Amino acid sequence: MKDKSSLSLAAKSIINAQVSRRKLFAGVGGLSAAAFLASCGAKSSSEVATTIPSDVGGTVRWANWAAYLDAKRVNGSRTYPTLEGFISSTGINVDYLVDVNDNDEFYGKVQGQLKLGKDIGYDIVTLTDWMADRWIRLGYTQTLDAGNMPNKGNILPSLSNVGFDPGRKQSMTWQSGFAGFGWNKQLVPGGINSLDQLFDKKYKGRIEVLSEMRDTMGIILQYQGVDITKPFTEDEFMNGIDFFEKQVSDGIIRQVKGNDYLEDMAIGDAVAVIGWSGDIFSLNAEEGDKYQFGIPESGGTLWSDNMMIASTSTNKSNAEKLMDYYYDPKVAAEVAAWVNYICPVVGAQAEMEKIDPTLASNNMIFPDEATLSKVSVFRSLSPEEEVKFSEAFQIASGN
Amino acid sequence: MESNLKTLQKEQTPSLLKNIKLDFTPYLLLIPGLLWLFTFFILPILNLATTSTKTRSASYETGSFDQTWRFLNYVDAFVENQDQFYRSFIYALIATLLALAISYPLAYAIAFRSGAMKNILLIMVIAPFFTSFLLRTLAWKQILGSQGPVVTVLQNLHIMKVGDTITATSFSVIMGLTYNFLPFMTLPIYASLERIDPKLIEASGDLFANGLNTFRKVTLPLSMPGVVAGTLLTFIPASGDYINASILGNPNTKMIGNVIDSRFFRVVDYPTAAALSFILMAIILIIVSVYIRKTGTDELV
Repeated sequence: MKDKSSLSLAAKSIINAQVSRRKLFAGVGGLSAAAFLASCGAKSSSEVATTIPSDVGGTVRWANWAAYLDAKRVNGSRTYPTLEGFISSTGINVDYLVDVNDNDEFYGKVQGQLKLGKDIGYDIVTLTDWMADRWIRLGYTQTLDAGNMPNKGNILPSLSNVGFDPGRKQSMTWQSGFAGFGWNKQLVPGGINSLDQLFDKKYKGRIEVLSEMRDTMGIILQYQGVDITKPFTEDEFMNGIDFFEKQVSDGIIRQVKGNDYLEDMAIGDAVAVIGWSGDIFSLNAEEGDKYQFGIPESGGTLWSDNMMIASTSTNKSNAEKLMDYYYDPKVAAEVAAWVNYICPVVGAQAEMEKIDPTLASNNMIFPDEATLSKVSVFRSLSPEEEVKFSEAFQIASGN
Repeated sequence: MESNLKTLQKEQTPSLLKNIKLDFTPYLLLIPGLLWLFTFFILPILNLATTSTKTRSASYETGSFDQTWRFLNYVDAFVENQDQFYRSFIYALIATLLALAISYPLAYAIAFRSGAMKNILLIMVIAPFFTSFLLRTLAWKQILGSQGPVVTVLQNLHIMKVGDTITATSFSVIMGLTYNFLPFMTLPIYASLERIDPKLIEASGDLFANGLNTFRKVTLPLSMPGVVAGTLLTFIPASGDYINASILGNPNTKMIGNVIDSRFFRVVDYPTAAALSFILMAIILIIVSVYIRKTGTDELV
């Protein structure tokens, strides 16, 4: 199939039809179901002419993070109302797979197949900016067809032109969020505005920071006056590492953690953290209104997770339709009301007014200009920088 | 004896074919094991060995390495991570000694003093294996956590200051290692104590040895195979462990396992990770051979 992907659809359908007819009648079989379906489809309808080669259709398999889509429990099993809406209105089936736990881990799992061009088991993957950058750089994504995505223009202007994907040709934002300070209001009554307050000796051994280098280092670098959107130097980054390393060796930082920092906040081991906005809200929803999130006065970071179609997917147009569906403001508002992260869709705020007016005015879901001016997106790193910086960050974290 | 048997068989079964079949049977039986060893041990080890001498390609692209046979990788990897190596072996040593101190009396009690309770006690030693290693370590994090029962009690008794913690210290890492590998120490010691003939201990008493001397001269030497097996089964996995250090420790208590994990999955620096794995294996091999030579236990399987 792969070598045929560059041929025109007409040529491909002819080849497929010939091959399938000859081989099936000869009783040889062994023909892939995909090729068989493609030949049938090409024969029966004319609409296929608008689709892209190697687009076979069928169920869309979507890999996403936990607690990242509106969910409901019906008769003990989990359903996703907005996804059900898509399935019933389009007739396209979707396999929603909560399989991304960590960018690095997910990449490790699928990179072998990606390299060989074999199906990775997902059509859409949802990965953070820097990892999306790596996928696009390595050619592991497919170019989106704007013709299939009438809502594509609804993306927030601030997200429509990112460094790793100018013009959003390969990716669409799923959700965005802030990295900033989270703290326990009872144990840290004054709140936390700056790194000086976070790394105060009185909280020694009870502060945690994120293992996402760009979030933790992004906040430290901005504290040191570095603009993380501009091409800062290696020396500037290493100054930040020295500062971070000192907090670690002084025993101020208890642990450098992934998403499980939430657990330490819940059991009181960590009194304040560098953490993610939506997390702190979901923690409040579970543990009572005990926690608060704030953006550092010297600047927080803004990150996004991005939907991309894997280069190995043979289901591009259906995947595009699904991505487009979530850029319908009404649908986006429903998702945002549940996940509490920044909604990337223009017009969702007006729709949110109808669902819950207090959420519509929540700066963490629909940030205003003043809030956005306090956060920056970590610039994309060259492969060499990525290696050097992440190694330095790991060594400073004790690894 | 064996050759006699063979000649006997030869005489009884003149068919050459049958004879060959008989001779090959042991080798045929070995094939599955050898295949297993080859695919799941030899091949990965060779792969790891070649990886360990690669260097990053000039493009610095993620996961792209050139085979340059750079053996200096080993020196670099060791020098850069000496602290974690040193820490791993110290922690593993302390955990092994603690586990021995706890396990020996425990195994002794189960073997000689438990009576009808023996099976129940043995099940209690094995019972932790019924749940996952990871879950048990996470449970300790809760138990020893700032709002857990231990800290609360100690703080109310004014033994601990408010704000002090037990978790995220080297103490909790060593405790976790000791706890997690305790059954590996207890069971071999129990097995060798159980095998001791009580008559030998009685005989020692008859020869006017007091309890201490009997233990020193009879019980302990006879249980040495169990002690050696137990210490090895504890020390080897404990020195390569990274779960305890990452859950119960802090950045200053990281062990070499954590470094290997971060080089493999975070930095995607396979050569360094592979070199570190080999250095760890080599050091363990040296320690274990010296130890076995010193203790002189042949019965060790």
